[in-house]
Amino acid sequence: MLRIGVFVCWCGSNIAGTVDVEAVSEALKSEPGVVFSTNYQYMCSQAGQNMIIDAVKEHKLDGIVVCSCSPRMHEATFRKTAAAAGLNPYMVEIANIREQCSWVHKDMATGTEKAIILGKAAVAKVALNAPLTPGESNVTKRALVIGGGIAGIQTALDIAEAGFPVDIVETKPTIGGKMAQLDKTFPTLDCAACILTPKMVDVAQNDKIRIFSYSEVQDVSGFVGNFEVKIKKKARYVNEDICTGCGACVEKCPMKKNPNEFNLGMDNRPAIYIPFAQAVPKVATIDPNACNMLKNGKCGLCEKICTAGAIDYKQKDEIIEEKYGAIVAATGFNPISMDKFDEFAYNQSKDVITSLEFERLTNAAGPTAGKLLRPSDLEHPHTIVFVQCVGSRCENCAEKGKEYCSKICCMYTAKHAMLTRDKYPDTEVYVFYIDVRTPGKSFDEFYRRAVEEYGVKYVKGMVGKVSPEGKKLKVTASDMLNNKQLHIDADLVVLAAAIEPDKSARSIATMLTASMDTNDFFTEAHPKLRPVESPTAGVFLSGACQGPKDIPETVSQASAAAAKVIGLLSKDKLTGNPCVASSDEIMCNGCSSCANVCPYGAITYETKEFRMPDRSTKMRRVAKVNPAVCQGCGACTVACPSGAMDLRGFTTSQIIAEVDAICR
Amino acid sequence: MSMNEYKPLIVAFCCNWCSYAGADLAGNNRLNYPADVKIIRVPCSCRVNPMFILRAFQRGADGVILCGCHPGDCHYTSGNYYTRRRMSLLFSMLDYLGIERERTRVEWVSAAEGAKFAATMNDFVETVAKLGENKRLEDLRCKK
Repeated sequence: MLRIGVFVCWCGSNIAGTVDVEAVSEALKSEPGVVFSTNYQYMCSQAGQNMIIDAVKEHKLDGIVVCSCSPRMHEATFRKTAAAAGLNPYMVEIANIREQCSWVHKDMATGTEKAIILGKAAVAKVALNAPLTPGESNVTKRALVIGGGIAGIQTALDIAEAGFPVDIVETKPTIGGKMAQLDKTFPTLDCAACILTPKMVDVAQNDKIRIFSYSEVQDVSGFVGNFEVKIKKKARYVNEDICTGCGACVEKCPMKKNPNEFNLGMDNRPAIYIPFAQAVPKVATIDPNACNMLKNGKCGLCEKICTAGAIDYKQKDEIIEEKYGAIVAATGFNPISMDKFDEFAYNQSKDVITSLEFERLTNAAGPTAGKLLRPSDLEHPHTIVFVQCVGSRCENCAEKGKEYCSKICCMYTAKHAMLTRDKYPDTEVYVFYIDVRTPGKSFDEFYRRAVEEYGVKYVKGMVGKVSPEGKKLKVTASDMLNNKQLHIDADLVVLAAAIEPDKSARSIATMLTASMDTNDFFTEAHPKLRPVESPTAGVFLSGACQGPKDIPETVSQASAAAAKVIGLLSKDKLTGNPCVASSDEIMCNGCSSCANVCPYGAITYETKEFRMPDRSTKMRRVAKVNPAVCQGCGACTVACPSGAMDLRGFTTSQIIAEVDAICR
Repeated sequence: MSMNEYKPLIVAFCCNWCSYAGADLAGNNRLNYPADVKIIRVPCSCRVNPMFILRAFQRGADGVILCGCHPGDCHYTSGNYYTRRRMSLLFSMLDYLGIERERTRVEWVSAAEGAKFAATMNDFVETVAKLGENKRLEDLRCKK
């Protein structure tokens, strides 16, 4: 029988407010095996932990129950405490009497009663705990960053700075992401390209970083420290190593009428193209759906013109297999589709555009060379209406929009409005908003400048309808503060479209077995304390794939993720999770039921010699779990018909003991 | 014992990654649900052997609820699909034994769905409380 110690935490008044902690520690004293029971204000504090260490020594405890907050919060803390006291760290069980008791029950009597039952269950479980020793595995000292936007770029640069090799996988022909498409950045109004492109060059010149552009992650297997990844490098029909990016082929290509993705389809590009002048890598790419040579075998002009001899029409997709110790998801975001927002006439008029399109229109490298012109007739617009929250904070329109706030729109709309008034003071600028949300360093000052210095007309209210009439866009909107309806004849309407995670995020999350929230943003391991880690070990999060973010936030998160990756790659050995499945060879009959349900392929079979009661020997096939691959889900334990398979840390007898303790 | 004093005994199995975290979130947001619900943490809903559920009924539980990640979102990629199949078999067996179908339930609660967790528990406790004590499966020999 173990000698169990019970430690009940008050958590200040968080637990003690609705649970009589004294009564709980008193009641648990009479549980079988409990030789010591106490309570303290903050068990997780240094003093509380010392109390546990002292009690372990004084009362020769070999099992510990802490009745406190969720094990997701402090299980690791108390395991370390146990280790410091000389116990096996896995001889600790937590009874969650805060999140699942004191915080959800208001009545002292019921709270206390439930806390005692939860404590009893934990005591019953710890009595059956066995010391566990985690296995060790090696660490591949190379990181993979999925996504080459500013998040991925910053993460890769920081990891490389620490001396570890990094690979960036980017689906587009160039890195740079959304930031490369922006004109100016709030609140400082420095030009996006001026601060981004030097970083892109740093990436290109860093010998620790490899860029796989025009590539995608196809398959991920393995586990923390030992991921095996298949990367598909799509054929770009240009030899990257030879192409100098001179652009002669781009000029000569006869197939010029293809929508230019970089300018969001507002102008055209040839079939062979370089997305923009500062692209990294600066090499041409042939669009196989547009190239006459690739489609019909006729043309071949680019091959003739290329002095470097880089064109290769026979290039095939290439699969690269590489091992990584850590993976960073930096898949970024996209504005949502405006197709379902008929009220704003996005699909009816060329002069209704999204904010990202507006960025391209004002960008010196954009389709109008930075002149603000209406897309329909290239005339200067005199009245511009900005509509905020298009698809954001859409509580009742989940089928077309998003419930969350997209966070960046208030600021970039203020920026657009301000820049317009600055460049073209004769323009009338309206901004329709639900709320203006500007929390951030120098953000509110920026917004106030737009209103006070630049005279942007902010109207609290929603735009009900935009109807194109002749050359004008009739905007019907409500002015909630003055309680009246407004009719504005606008020349240009700019929609601040909500942002959503990139479409590739879900398939990448599936490959990484990383979890996502209902909006397809990656979930962090802990919203406050582990914001850049995914719950899946070895997978980290950077940038807007985790939630809407502006550039400063993205960069900080990218560096934070890099710090976590560096911490992981600096280790030579990793200790694994010892709560893995194990099979009892005597009971196993080698039926394969367990291997059939194992999602990780952790179970193999071996034929072993067994001694029978009559001293003869017999060869039998038995299951064998690879503890480095097993993640400890327990699917096999239920599939096993003979009861040979069990899960350490969550054994069948432990769970039954908990059930019994609760139902007693 | 009069009916208004009757408190059902509910055992909830929650997977560590989604539903247990969802229950924690319900706590963080101070969303009340009856104290009759006692949660047992398992790594994945697929760790729950149908035997555990029968055991709970045998020992006097009035309702057992099993919560896991949403289909497609299992931390272990496919565990909750096994759960779904196993439980539909178990439930049809319980039907056959004449145990009210409403005493058992499988729910998908993600780590972000604290409100759903609390609402589910409120609803489940109410449903079970209406059915009253589970007398059919309880093994009175287990009572002290």
